[in-house]
Amino acid sequence: MTCKLMDASWSTRKLAQFPEDLVLTISNYIMYGLSCTQAKLHGLPKLGKLFPHADIYRWLSYGNDGKHPACDHSYFGRREFSFTLENDIYVRFQSFNNAVDMENSIREKCPYKIDIGPVYSVDPAKRHAYAQSGNNVFAPVERELIFDIDMSDYDDVRYCCSGADVCLNCWPLMTISVKVLDTALRDDFGFNHILWVYSGRRGVHCWVCDGRARRLSNEQRAAIADYFRVYKGGENNAKKVNLTGPVLHPFLARSYTDVLKGFFEGKLLASQNLFASIERFQKILEIIPDESIASELLDKWQGNRRSSISKEDVNVVRWEQLKHVLQSGKQKAQGLRRCVEEIIFTYTYPRLDMEVSKHMNHLLKAPFCVHPKTGRVCVPIDPNNCDNFDPTTVPTLSQLLEELNMSSMRTESEDEWERTSLGKSIKFFRSSFLSPLLKSCKEEMESVYNSKVKQSKNALNW
Amino acid sequence: MEIVRSQRKPADAAVAPALSLYRSAPALEVRLEDFELYAIDRLRVLQGISDGLSRGKKPQEMEKLVSELWRAHMRHQDPSEEMNKDIISHFVLRLVYCRTEDLRKWFLSMETSLFRYRFRLESPESQRLLMSEFQLPYKAINHAEFETVKDKLNQVARSTGPSSNAEALFFKVPFEEVPELVAGRRVFMLKGFAYVAMNQVVSLVATQFRSNLSKALVLTNRKWTSTIRDKEKNRLTPIVEALSTGYLGPDYSQPKEFSEISLKDIDRLASSSFPLCMRHLFDKLRENHHLKHGGRMQLGLFLKAVGLKLEDALAFWKSEFSQKVGAERFDKEYSYSIRHNYGKEGKRTDYTPYACHKIISSTPSVGDHHGCPYRHFSEENLRAALGKMGVGGRSLDDILDKVRSRHYQVACTLTFEAVHAASCDSGINHPNQYFEASQKILQTTRQATS
Repeated sequence: MTCKLMDASWSTRKLAQFPEDLVLTISNYIMYGLSCTQAKLHGLPKLGKLFPHADIYRWLSYGNDGKHPACDHSYFGRREFSFTLENDIYVRFQSFNNAVDMENSIREKCPYKIDIGPVYSVDPAKRHAYAQSGNNVFAPVERELIFDIDMSDYDDVRYCCSGADVCLNCWPLMTISVKVLDTALRDDFGFNHILWVYSGRRGVHCWVCDGRARRLSNEQRAAIADYFRVYKGGENNAKKVNLTGPVLHPFLARSYTDVLKGFFEGKLLASQNLFASIERFQKILEIIPDESIASELLDKWQGNRRSSISKEDVNVVRWEQLKHVLQSGKQKAQGLRRCVEEIIFTYTYPRLDMEVSKHMNHLLKAPFCVHPKTGRVCVPIDPNNCDNFDPTTVPTLSQLLEELNMSSMRTESEDEWERTSLGKSIKFFRSSFLSPLLKSCKEEMESVYNSKVKQSKNALNW
Repeated sequence: MEIVRSQRKPADAAVAPALSLYRSAPALEVRLEDFELYAIDRLRVLQGISDGLSRGKKPQEMEKLVSELWRAHMRHQDPSEEMNKDIISHFVLRLVYCRTEDLRKWFLSMETSLFRYRFRLESPESQRLLMSEFQLPYKAINHAEFETVKDKLNQVARSTGPSSNAEALFFKVPFEEVPELVAGRRVFMLKGFAYVAMNQVVSLVATQFRSNLSKALVLTNRKWTSTIRDKEKNRLTPIVEALSTGYLGPDYSQPKEFSEISLKDIDRLASSSFPLCMRHLFDKLRENHHLKHGGRMQLGLFLKAVGLKLEDALAFWKSEFSQKVGAERFDKEYSYSIRHNYGKEGKRTDYTPYACHKIISSTPSVGDHHGCPYRHFSEENLRAALGKMGVGGRSLDDILDKVRSRHYQVACTLTFEAVHAASCDSGINHPNQYFEASQKILQTTRQATS
């Protein structure tokens, strides 16, 4: 879902497995079975208006596009954009001075996909010129803290789909990831400006945009990623979650009681039929360190398949039995009591792509792109209302095209998107994310400026 | 040496902490041979720390190790001489290790560890003195605030282990200042602040130490390249340059001349001379015709250092990957990175193969096969994997024993000895070292039989 940095990475040339941008219409049209000429005939210019260039520009300027004396007018121009063009040509280190520049370049190059990189110390397009000056000054200086969660990492715990597919039975795994991370980012880390985006097919992206988050060093980013890391994969390690200590850390305890436990017992157990067959419950029994208990339960469930004619769901019954055995008074051993929690964490706790979050120079696909396979737009997700997000009803390119053509009979207006089903998403982006963000950027700028003025005044007094 | 013991007269030595913050270089006269000898002694300490860390030693064990290493190499009857030696050796090694990114990284991390464990060994009074020397702007939280978060603080203390007794003194600091405590979930976090207990301030101080040293190293490097290197061309420069190469172990970034392997031998070599981590990756690649990024890097760079030429490497990876993703996708998506590893694309840096400590500290995730099998495999899987290599009986038990006490490199060394029926005195600390040692043994036996 993301492209790693070109240096030292194998996935750089990862082609447009994913997304492309709404404006990248020529390639989109081809995918949708239309030729370029047809595409141009069919309102290509109109589609361009769907991509909210101006909003993206305002977002990534973080208030530096204003008139305040503290504005850094070079800021947006030092941001790296990457394009994936037709034929999988990958162009890194694109930079733009303003929204018009960006829009023109996108129109001209028609990339399949746009990635957003860090803000560098100097304009990334001119990095070679700076490199010749000797001092190695070309380095990333700011970058949103980003997270990437991908449903294909959950293949060992979901039975409805696999790989790139998602459905309404497994999507809630993403929903609870949003809940767990969003709460911790706000309450524990004190971040306020967090943008969640549907990645277009099988996962979610998260952009933490507070000034404090953008200025984190790689080491600090890695620390946050590790704070969130509970699930330790590795194909050769049977037990993926190890919870030690007599109690859980407050963050884990809160995630468990507020989100994970209820979701596992109330939803996942039945929706994924976790105890319905021997292959499935054996996987769960493997997590139990005490072999005698595991085999006791195995015998019980293998033997009396018939006795459970009761109307109750077999998954719920067996889960209760397992909990009873592990938590009964006999099991004094702490490891066994902790095991219930370990099972739930193994099955539900968010699985982050750690590398994405750890480094400043990891690229991440821009919001409001279109996924080439699904045709769906990468729309924002409201974390306060994420239970109602349905990836299968996210607007698709063809749907938007149709809506545009329908409405083109009527008036021409600046904001074409307002009349499409994308309107709601862009409105949400502006009102819930962009305007509070810009407001706080302005305040921060003001206070930094004032303290600087004060300092220089004091200096003058000397 | 006015800077080092700032504002304190030697008379206060009893209360002054024995730890130096190395704020700036000492104005001491140093004899040229001491210059080198002191540096070598300190390097022995740092090397020992590096070994300890890569064996996954626990903090208590590290504390003991550091104090032993210090006593063995840095002690002097005269305390002021010892302090001089400490400071001089540190600054000499700064010169030695400022010169490349890799050297700086290693030095920074070892010096910070050294400082950390020496700090832990100090008395509480001297720890507080050191804290004030760093001029950290944090005050302990007051009673009222403590009461509001007391339950959470207790919960964190209990979650990190039963041994920690209730601490009443806490500092509230921006979480950015204590990354390692955040990473280990060893602090309570609230709205961007971490509540750091008095017994955890070492992290706060170590972070500070590290960031000061990191900045200083960049400056030293600038000075070195702009003036010192030429000015000291006939005196210090040769010593400095020799010091950095001799003690980091052999350099595997360039394949040796004699070690050139061809594609047709690769399967034979994999089963005879690859360490388990590489053998596992190799087998998985043959089996699944695919490896994820971490695996491709770990195996790819190893093969490069073993002597697989770029053209052969491309052919090798292509023959596997094309069975899974098709030749066209391989050319588009993967061949670039292979050329990149060989320094033919992008930054054009010739990447170095991973050493054991890097592999051990990697964090394999879903679908990954890289990492150190001794560290990252479950016992059952490790047993099976070793069985496939023909290791069993007593040696298998010995190996698993070392794994349980987290001596992963020792476990690998024992595996080497079991497989080759020969001893390996130097211990394994690099997969390519394993390979070369194995080849050497096999060649001598071959010569002996022919």
